[in-house]
Amino acid sequence: MSDRLSHLKRLENESIHIIREVAAECQAPVFLYSIGKDSSVLLDLILKAFHPSLPPFPMLHIDTGWKFREMIAFRDATVRRLGLDLIVHTNEEGRRQGINPFDHGAFYTHTMKTEALKAALKLHGFDAAFGGARRDEEKSRAKERIFSFRTANQEWDPKNQRPEFWHLYNGRIHKGESIRVFPLSNWTELDIWHYIMLHDLPIVPLYFAAPRPVVVRDGTLIVVDDERMRLEPGETPEQRVVRFRSLGCYPLTGAHESSAATLPEIVAEMLIARTSERGGRLIDRDEKDSMEKKKREGYF
Amino acid sequence: MSSDLAAREPLPLEQFLARQEQIGLLRFLTCGSVDDGKSTLIGRLLYDTKLIFDDQLAALQRDSARHGTAGEHIDFALLVDGLEAEREQGITIDVAYRFFATDRRRFIVADTPGHEQYTRNMATGASNADLAVVLVDARHGVLSQTRRHSFIAALLGIRHVVLAVNKIDLVDFSEARFAEIRADYARAVESLGFSSMVAIPLSARFGDNVISASPQTPWYTGPSLLGHLETVDVDAAAMVRPFRMPVQWVNRPNLDFRGYAGTIAAGTLRVGDRVAVAASGRSSTIARIVTMDGDLDRAGAGSAVTLTLADQIDISRGDVLTAPGAPVAVADKFDAHVVWLTEQRLFPGRSYLFKLATRTVSGTVTHIRHRIDVNTFAEVPAATLGMNDVARIGVSLIAPVAMERFADSRELGGFIIIDRLTNATVGVGMVEAITPGSTNIVWHDMAVDKDARAALKGQRPAALWFTGLSGAGKSTIANLVDRKLHALGRHSYILDGDNVRHGLNRDLGFSEADRVENIRRAAEAARLMVDAGLIVMVSFISPYRSDREAARERFDAGEFIEVFIDTPIDECRRRDPKGLYARADAGQIRNFTGVDAPYEHPASPELHLLTTEADADTLADRVIEELRRRGLIA
Repeated sequence: MSDRLSHLKRLENESIHIIREVAAECQAPVFLYSIGKDSSVLLDLILKAFHPSLPPFPMLHIDTGWKFREMIAFRDATVRRLGLDLIVHTNEEGRRQGINPFDHGAFYTHTMKTEALKAALKLHGFDAAFGGARRDEEKSRAKERIFSFRTANQEWDPKNQRPEFWHLYNGRIHKGESIRVFPLSNWTELDIWHYIMLHDLPIVPLYFAAPRPVVVRDGTLIVVDDERMRLEPGETPEQRVVRFRSLGCYPLTGAHESSAATLPEIVAEMLIARTSERGGRLIDRDEKDSMEKKKREGYF
Repeated sequence: MSSDLAAREPLPLEQFLARQEQIGLLRFLTCGSVDDGKSTLIGRLLYDTKLIFDDQLAALQRDSARHGTAGEHIDFALLVDGLEAEREQGITIDVAYRFFATDRRRFIVADTPGHEQYTRNMATGASNADLAVVLVDARHGVLSQTRRHSFIAALLGIRHVVLAVNKIDLVDFSEARFAEIRADYARAVESLGFSSMVAIPLSARFGDNVISASPQTPWYTGPSLLGHLETVDVDAAAMVRPFRMPVQWVNRPNLDFRGYAGTIAAGTLRVGDRVAVAASGRSSTIARIVTMDGDLDRAGAGSAVTLTLADQIDISRGDVLTAPGAPVAVADKFDAHVVWLTEQRLFPGRSYLFKLATRTVSGTVTHIRHRIDVNTFAEVPAATLGMNDVARIGVSLIAPVAMERFADSRELGGFIIIDRLTNATVGVGMVEAITPGSTNIVWHDMAVDKDARAALKGQRPAALWFTGLSGAGKSTIANLVDRKLHALGRHSYILDGDNVRHGLNRDLGFSEADRVENIRRAAEAARLMVDAGLIVMVSFISPYRSDREAARERFDAGEFIEVFIDTPIDECRRRDPKGLYARADAGQIRNFTGVDAPYEHPASPELHLLTTEADADTLADRVIEELRRRGLIA
């Protein structure tokens, strides 16, 4: 029959199903909005799940203070355009102490992202947090459940996760415990771009190629987003036509040279890509098994 | 590397987009014993379909040198064995999902563990798969694990299986050996009812017959593994089945809109179709099929939609909408297959939560018909179930639920069992038979009801559940309360653990299973007495929280009062009124609560009485006060 669903439509339906289950079973869900492309897709699916109502839960952004300016502008424009409820949380203590990605490396990520996230979830009493992580991103993500259970200390124990059957999710938790929910688990990076293109979803302009001031550091192209960028001796930003495949804190996110300035061009580039998405993320290279380690500690 | 790769160069954008609408999705799982090469096979599929990026390949080459078991070759297993512990131990300990695509299909692979203790993870992987690739090592042939994995795949609803006879290079590409294994396997799974079984000789390590025909096996004329996965037709006839949709969420943005959100489980729906609510039988007409991309004229199985109806009828989460001409069963009793997932054993009579589609209700496993030996498929008797056990059970729910047999519907016939206290998912089940008439059990309508009986006695009935260690003082305090109530002209009775064991429960011992049944019977007897209008005191050690919670559920709100008689174990041992602690400590009594069997403290009892702080008479008065406070006695 002609009703057979395409691959992408099937993924979309399954994600909407997951989002609705959480809204129905959890007391205080929140959408952990990271502003990136996956968040754009997840936001669209959340809107779809509850249309014509607005989502029955707020969005939360953990602002490290080091995001690209265009990300913050995009975030604020998105919230205004859709009339959504956004909570922005920053680890003020960390900011006061001047914790920054140049001097503090992994400690910066731990303090300004992981600890800030845990504090925000606790502060607002959220018991379920939606994230845009996908299983194809990284090896330890491949084993993550869709409903990922966290202890009262917000830790992830990979050996003690609830088995998931069919589309039956167990959202029952004790007070203090929480669940991270990943509705995009079964999407690939290509699916994300394909969906964005089909639905012409707004995304942060940094994904499109444009001339930007760049320095090359350890083989990675770092875009100089503001005056806080510390240039090393001999480094002079030069204009290069670059774009991003993945967005994070600007001093830690590598760009690549590309001329893809439209969604079709991005998808075309994806089809011949020979490096993985997180290749541009400096934080994943810190140490062996670094993602698994960060996840155990409560990183999203 | 295969010479066939040139044909798999990426497509230009236009072709990619044109094809995407037709490209379907196949979910499959791989299973097999520890060293059969599952991870290697998946790594090989990813590698040969160019899903390994250059930076990942570089990391793989580094890792192969460090952890690898393939000598100077790339160890493909390292691509998929993600967690640190796995890489060190060289085993796969959880379900990992992998993604790859060809220009004909997208694939999601569940890589599941081989060892017996991870049967539950294999069941998890199987539940969302359309097809199973069962690996055997050509040198070892069909093992008991092969049978077990095939059985679990079939149990969880997989109808299509590929027998991948791996490491065929290690038996010199022998056709005779392959034919022998294929015949063994066909015999082994004959009773499992797979609708397709294809056997393929292959070498995951060297790529023979993985994506293209191998010159090493000229005698084999069937498809390569990938060729088969690209073309096998696994789509169940979900669209042609009658319409069913479990309601997930009621959407009410304002007074003018009431929509029912859910995923269509089966069938196709058009605007104007009649639909009925399974439980109430009330029906209406579909007014709109709402999506954010615009209203639809029709929608089919798998679509996540929001429906509005022409009439206002009462529908909430957990209801199932159906085609009126083809209703589903609404029942509270059924038979099911179950896989037990946790170390905490299953006991008949204990209360659990059952989640089926979008409905969660409490219920009990009434009995275990038989356990199934997953290696021989033999049916053997069992009183309880442990982790990884598979069994056929009877289930009784406290409320009727819309359901279908699992063979007819994964969506309305599959369920999970949730522990009420830990919230863990402890079991997964498949509805096999729905008890006829269990929909229509109507309690015999007594002319004189509970309220009338109680009114005559000038009281409100209640069960006072005294729990605590042996020797804590339960019976002493209960007897004092009984005397005081009698003096007040109230009608009461005591069910005492020891006395009940002499009669009603004399067939029961002290195993965990018998303790569960002991409590169930006591609770049931107490319920009948409450029904008769009495204030009944139950004085039972009742060490397990879940059993006390199950007892509580038999009563109406406010009728069950848990009284925790809290005496430290050392004090109980010192008192030892029946000399039982001395005998337990001497090893003459086994399974004695507090000595070699656990006592689970009540989390929030209605009354918590510390016997070290006041004497029995004072504590009994506090019970009477509590009854007054609750308006049970004047």
